[in-house]
Amino acid sequence: MSNPENLRYSKEHEWLTLAAAGEQATIGITAHAADALGDVVFVQLPEVGAKVAAGEACGELESTKSVSDLYSPASGTVAEVNQAVVDDPALVNSGPFEDGWLFKVTLDQGTDEIADLLTAAQYSELTAD
Amino acid sequence: MKTTALDAVHRALGATMTDFAGWDMPLRYGSEREEHLAVRERAGLFDLSHMGEITLTGPAAAAALDAALVGNLSALKPGRARYTMICNEAGGILDDLIVYRLADQEFMVVANASNAQTVLDALRERAAGFDAEVRDDRDDCALLAVQGPRAEEIVAPLASDPEAVRALKYYAGLPAEVAGFPVLLARTGYTGEDGFELFVRPEHAEALWAALRAAGEPFGIAPCGLSCRDTLRLEAGMPLYGHELTAALTPFDAGLGRVVKFEKTANEGRFTGREALEKAAEQPPARTLVGLVAEGRRVPRAGFAVVDPADGAVLGEVTSGAPSPTLGKPLAIAYVDAGRAVPGTVLAVDIRGSREPHEVVALPFYKREK
Repeated sequence: MSNPENLRYSKEHEWLTLAAAGEQATIGITAHAADALGDVVFVQLPEVGAKVAAGEACGELESTKSVSDLYSPASGTVAEVNQAVVDDPALVNSGPFEDGWLFKVTLDQGTDEIADLLTAAQYSELTAD
Repeated sequence: MKTTALDAVHRALGATMTDFAGWDMPLRYGSEREEHLAVRERAGLFDLSHMGEITLTGPAAAAALDAALVGNLSALKPGRARYTMICNEAGGILDDLIVYRLADQEFMVVANASNAQTVLDALRERAAGFDAEVRDDRDDCALLAVQGPRAEEIVAPLASDPEAVRALKYYAGLPAEVAGFPVLLARTGYTGEDGFELFVRPEHAEALWAALRAAGEPFGIAPCGLSCRDTLRLEAGMPLYGHELTAALTPFDAGLGRVVKFEKTANEGRFTGREALEKAAEQPPARTLVGLVAEGRRVPRAGFAVVDPADGAVLGEVTSGAPSPTLGKPLAIAYVDAGRAVPGTVLAVDIRGSREPHEVVALPFYKREK
């Protein structure tokens, strides 16, 4: 599975779109993570207006076998959540980089300023077998 | 890690593999939900070669099993199978088993992968004084299962005697030839559906798998992994060793006292665990096994506490839990204080710090229409 070049990635297997401080970044989990989880059956997302901190749990994903914390890859304020994925969590599996996006955050810092984020190539290396 | 005779098949199918009791087994091939629904609606094909086969032969094979297990195997007719258990002296469950009587003096015991060595050791020890031989057949036996409402239509035409397959009763097994290979064909399973289990020599497993898949193609057969096997058995209310059954529990604790046959006559009725089990039979257990249906969407998992929704007092523990593809809700099996185990009672499960309401129901959650 290929990781889109235009995204940044966290070691906790989230992706986000490139954005500057004060702008919105869209966040989701990677295809690698979705595949590892198996069928996602329940998504609990942070509320709009909530503050999220990079690397801290802000929701959860339930799959057949397990529950996993959802981490925000960047700090900021939640601007929007994907109601479609709450209603139909299978979207996380069918389109993790597309329809299965999870939430949008108005960033405190631009993605280029966040040192821990990985490029597609670096993330692909991290998840290579 | 041990691999089954079908390892190359799983890899070619791109299966997600998992370590199950030291075996590298397919967890799922694609979506476990789709695999689950395939078994409920059509048919699924499983590799269960991790299960442990142990054969007992000899004039006293039946008597040896009667002494070693809680069941009455002398009373089992050749060609039939029985669900039974092996217990320790304290009445604790060492494993749950299916025993097939292949002939008057030949039995095959099928143990869980995680307990197969324990069962083998115990059977050898307990059969020592009997004119019976205990044989470890684990390496000589692969196990495939075809489960689902279309199973008979898939398996019967492949058999040299299709009528015998159609006539095969639930919990019966017979030597058969399927797709040209000698198998022990049993009408058993762990999914709550009709289906067959086929014990076959490992060198024939790949070709038999291919034949079953090809024959199942028009019926929509799907290769199925252990993940959906677990949700299928959960819906069917079937216990899993290490979850609902442990050495700390007796069959009576697990609500399965019916498998203990005090009335058996071989060896003057003696069997390992008898004294302890007679006491257990007299005392109603403090906790009983019930089903829980979640009112919300968060999933109760094994080990989570069942609590009083009002004050959070611990009333029991979840032993298995998963989102149910058939019912569309999270389900759990749990041991709950007997006084609070009445169907219809609303209890809570402590799911990561929050009390989530669940209704107590009688097991099973799902029963197929006959």
